[in-house]
Amino acid sequence: MSSLPSLDVRGLAYAYPDGHQALFGVDLTVEQGERVAVLGPNGAGKTTLVLHLNGILGGGLGTVTVAGVAVVKEQLSEVRRRVGIVFQDPDDQLFMPTVRDDVAFGPANFGVCGVELEARVARALDQVGMAAYADRPPHHLSFGQRRRVAVATVLATEPEILILDEPSSNLDPASRRELADVLRSLDVTILMVTHDLPYALELCDRAVVLSDGVVVADGPTRELLCDDALMRAHRLELPFGFDPRLTGASVS
Amino acid sequence: MGTGHGHRLYRHGDTVVHRLPAHTKLVALVLFVLTVVATPREQYWAFGAYLVLLAAVSVAAAVPAGFIARRMVVELPFVAFAILLPFIAHGPRTEFLGLTVSESGLLGGWNILAKATLGVIASILLAATTEPRELLAGMRRLRVPPLLVEITSFMVRYADVVTDEMRRMRIARESRGFQASHLGHLQVVARSAGALFIRSYERGERVHLAMLSRGYTGVMPMLDNRVTPSNAWLVAGAVPLLAALIAATAWSLT
Repeated sequence: MSSLPSLDVRGLAYAYPDGHQALFGVDLTVEQGERVAVLGPNGAGKTTLVLHLNGILGGGLGTVTVAGVAVVKEQLSEVRRRVGIVFQDPDDQLFMPTVRDDVAFGPANFGVCGVELEARVARALDQVGMAAYADRPPHHLSFGQRRRVAVATVLATEPEILILDEPSSNLDPASRRELADVLRSLDVTILMVTHDLPYALELCDRAVVLSDGVVVADGPTRELLCDDALMRAHRLELPFGFDPRLTGASVS
Repeated sequence: MGTGHGHRLYRHGDTVVHRLPAHTKLVALVLFVLTVVATPREQYWAFGAYLVLLAAVSVAAAVPAGFIARRMVVELPFVAFAILLPFIAHGPRTEFLGLTVSESGLLGGWNILAKATLGVIASILLAATTEPRELLAGMRRLRVPPLLVEITSFMVRYADVVTDEMRRMRIARESRGFQASHLGHLQVVARSAGALFIRSYERGERVHLAMLSRGYTGVMPMLDNRVTPSNAWLVAGAVPLLAALIAATAWSLT
């Protein structure tokens, strides 16, 4: 099992029912334990790609395989246990009356119950440093805390791969750093979809650039960010004053 | 958002009433209200007795009278209706506080006012001593249809999110110089309401996607499996039981 890549996407193409084609043959392989950033401007097809990885969207061409399990209708439950998606707006993800119930929701759906369920919830909340907030209603937490709880709701299902959609959006610098610490401490494969380039460099050694529905570049994050022509061609701009050549080695 | 703990209707505490399982309190409330409604309206003393009963509960729950009084504003529309009744109802007239009013209307108004007030006070006491999520768990235990419980649970969860969105839209409107001053402006407000509806609808879709991603198959997992101590039913049942005694006495005197 360990030799299989966590995620294997081949020739994935997809057009929305209204005819708008979002993906034109995406190829992407993520090995176990890797942290990979998917970079791309708005409208590049990043979210469409994410929704294919656990079979929410499908029906186009190409295949998605998660640690050897093909993403097809018959195996959706198993696929969704293995693929944990953290959505951009934590208010979309956290819908139960308390943090504890919300973290328990995923594993309970997959048949975990009793003492094992409690242990999973406790462990997941502990991993994101939110154990003290288990009995709070989610809407009483700060945005950064809600984002971390959203990560816990997915960790509790013990996924093969953790997928984060714009994890740093709307976070203040402290919450951003706290989330980075949490993500670095996790022993799980991570695919991070973002246009926050410094964050990608900080957390991921490898990055792919998704533009107009295809992967146009795949390599070490720093090299990609230093390729000015590539960055410009795909509307990926570094923030003012940020030079990837001058920052310290990304922390693995 | 983020103002203090719990819900606005909830008053934090650790009393006998707070500790009772939510479903026993829900059943007690429903029984109490039904008993009150079934009491003959001419037996004025009975309603006083009910009030004493509720006062005793509020003391046991450490909920101050002022807390209840402020939340009783919700009853005002009914009060207005109850006050109108004596003036608009037909039938034989009678003197009341120097006014000539309809006798049946006066009784009808009193009937609505007394029974509604008791019901509202009892509901406020339930809400003050039970957190919304406990109430939801209680509903589930009482085998309220799961779909209804889920709808209620989403309402509790997203009421604040939607009101917050509404507030931001209003601020954005007013920041561009809009002041709702005459009826023509209703159109603008209506459009905002429409936009809010679309936004909430889209959020509903995103929430559903997020739920599917975590293995939701249409059935909520049962997360609460505590056992109800049998004496909880006795304690919670005491209130409707006493109320039933009062009602029975009231009927026997009629």
